[in-house]
Amino acid sequence: MARRIGVFVCHCGVNIAGVVDVERVAEELRKYPGVAFATTYQYMCSDPGQNLIRQKIEEENLDAVIIAACSPAMHEETFRSVCKEFFNPYRCEMANIREQCSWVHDKKEATEKAIKLVKATVEKLRGNEDLMPIFVPIEKKCLVIGGGIAGIQAALDIADAGYKVILVEKEASIGGRMAQLSETFPTLDCSQCILTPKMVAVARHPNIKLMAYSEVIDISGYVGNFDVKILKKPRYVDEDACTVCGDCEKACPVIIPNEFDMEKKPRKAIYIPFPQAVPSTYTIDREACLGLAPLTCAQCKDACEANAINYDMQPKIVEERVGAIIVATGYDLYDKNKLVEYGYGEDDDIITSLEFERMLSASGPTGGEIIKPSTGKVPKKVVFIQCAGSRDKQHMPYCSSICCMYTAKHALLYKHHVPDGEAYIFYIDIRATGKNYEEFIARVMEEERINYIRGKVAKIYREGDKIVVWGVDTLTGKKVEIKADLVVLAMAIVGRKETKEIAKLLKVAVDDGNFLKESHPKLKPVEALSRGIYFAGCAQSPKDIPAAVAQASAAASKVLAIFSKDKLEKDPLVAVVDEDRCSGCGVCVSICPYGAMQRQPNGKAKCIEALCEGCGTCAAACPSNNIEMRNYKDEQIEKMIEVIV
Amino acid sequence: MSFEPKIVAFLCNWCAYAGADMAGTSRLKYPANVVPIKVMCSGRVDPEFIIDAFEKGADGVFIGGCHPGDCHYVNGNYRTRRRVKMMKKLLEEMGINPKRLRLEWVSATEGQKFARVIEEFVNEIKELGPSPWRK
Repeated sequence: MARRIGVFVCHCGVNIAGVVDVERVAEELRKYPGVAFATTYQYMCSDPGQNLIRQKIEEENLDAVIIAACSPAMHEETFRSVCKEFFNPYRCEMANIREQCSWVHDKKEATEKAIKLVKATVEKLRGNEDLMPIFVPIEKKCLVIGGGIAGIQAALDIADAGYKVILVEKEASIGGRMAQLSETFPTLDCSQCILTPKMVAVARHPNIKLMAYSEVIDISGYVGNFDVKILKKPRYVDEDACTVCGDCEKACPVIIPNEFDMEKKPRKAIYIPFPQAVPSTYTIDREACLGLAPLTCAQCKDACEANAINYDMQPKIVEERVGAIIVATGYDLYDKNKLVEYGYGEDDDIITSLEFERMLSASGPTGGEIIKPSTGKVPKKVVFIQCAGSRDKQHMPYCSSICCMYTAKHALLYKHHVPDGEAYIFYIDIRATGKNYEEFIARVMEEERINYIRGKVAKIYREGDKIVVWGVDTLTGKKVEIKADLVVLAMAIVGRKETKEIAKLLKVAVDDGNFLKESHPKLKPVEALSRGIYFAGCAQSPKDIPAAVAQASAAASKVLAIFSKDKLEKDPLVAVVDEDRCSGCGVCVSICPYGAMQRQPNGKAKCIEALCEGCGTCAAACPSNNIEMRNYKDEQIEKMIEVIV
Repeated sequence: MSFEPKIVAFLCNWCAYAGADMAGTSRLKYPANVVPIKVMCSGRVDPEFIIDAFEKGADGVFIGGCHPGDCHYVNGNYRTRRRVKMMKKLLEEMGINPKRLRLEWVSATEGQKFARVIEEFVNEIKELGPSPWRK
């Protein structure tokens, strides 16, 4: 137990010292039992600050230290590693007198509270035991959820480094949103052409286990050792046997809309979402199929020479243990039915950006021709509306980040298809912050003669065979009315609803847009608050392809950092059972969420340290008070309460 | 002099404590009557701590945990919720207004919520006056 505590109060420039009387804090603490030394310094985290701690530990013969400074989330590691040179790191504690004191209180109350906070920390520290870290094994295998460009990139990076990856994709093929795009800004290279080599690389990589048409249904465990259950949905077609000849598709009598083409092109009940799909195989849509039985239809089965069709295929649950998880579940478009001002998107000639994207694609519903859906004719006047649902308090308050760029691309491609057509773009601001993006916008505005109108659209309605768009040009202050053939809405981007479900399984927060909450918005943008879980792509926030790829590689490098070690250090702040006094009631065994509390043959409970996460629920529940949390003991907390009140 | 209540706050490491840090980073002012004790999970808050705090003279006890379903430790916050419900009944029988014990879900992003609920709680305790157990 600590007998000679040193207290170091940080000024943090004026961040703390501007509000808290740091000299008084040090003075008060000098008088407090157990404190042998107290001082203040401008910046404790600086090199000279750290050296001051080293010097005083030696000079004053200190056996424990308290740093009264910022939140332990910022610098606990820093100071504990300094102390490690002299004694056990658990002889170092921080008192948070910045985030939870000087930044939130006025001068007169802050000093008193700071003194209480430091005194309470002294009481905690006096009860601390010397602890050694617990080491747990790591399963060097990564789960990547989502097979869009972000998931693909992350999987390839980790697999290339020599580790196993399980890539789970809900849809029949990987590729995600990027596979649906025609050309990509600002270079206008063909999306499929740059994506498909990566998709094929995933399929062929010996370190990647691709599980398409599968869903993650359960996740438990912790960093290094997550236990995952994956539901493999039945395709009713043997992936390996299918030769993709297409005979089954020709035979199938059921015609329904293809989701991949935003439901603007038909497909059969047995289908391949798009020609370059990976894995390259047909899938039977269970909902649409006439019966999955030889008696009801079986025309596909009769047509299949490879004998790949099996109506008896069953859903399968695959269990895997992985050391790290990357979530790359992508985005959806905001529901256009919620946009009352744009006629709820019910009119055939008012389409979303992704529908327009499919129209531009050579493999899309129109074979790459731009048409007015209600008549099939070439539209001579097209209005593009940016921020449809974005930057709007009634819908999504944030900027969807990519719409300015793809709308410019859409307008340009329209002009290339229909040189005598007129294109109008309604915008609030143009945000073109990526590399060569501004130049691309300038080119579209100047060379392609697209009419950019700064302002929002108030109303859209049908008049005969035209769509009338009412808006205001805020630069001239005049009302604008355009009778258009086609209206394209640049819909807001939202996180997929499945992201929310996955986040629940992972205990990760999502925001109002269904985007995953990162550990720190600036310094830890790819990490979840819980170790071993990382994010990539639009699941975290709207972003363009280069940013999604960069984030995926960043997430992969985080995983590789974990896999580079043989054992993982784990906090030793675990539960300890006083076996002599344990009555064997089993309350702790039943409530422990990790199964760390186990009943021994003698009936008494024992904590398995490698499994214990240190929450302390058992300690609070034990009816005879026989469970203690290391360094969060009842006695410590009760003494802290005493100081505070 | 006006009554300045003494309030102990148990904040879970993953949500409420981080939320309180967020309030700091965003420089949101709130009364200094609340002094926090960090616990790993709100589920660590032993009912004894609550009684102990009132016995030692606290005018209020605040517990901050993760939102339901978001507990870092799977379900510790559900246990907290049940315990707080039980404790409120018990406190009432012991002559302490159950309003003096408050449980709030504060996520790591909710600095604003943290500052708001602390201010609300302090005002509420000020209205209730000093705890009857206060020496």
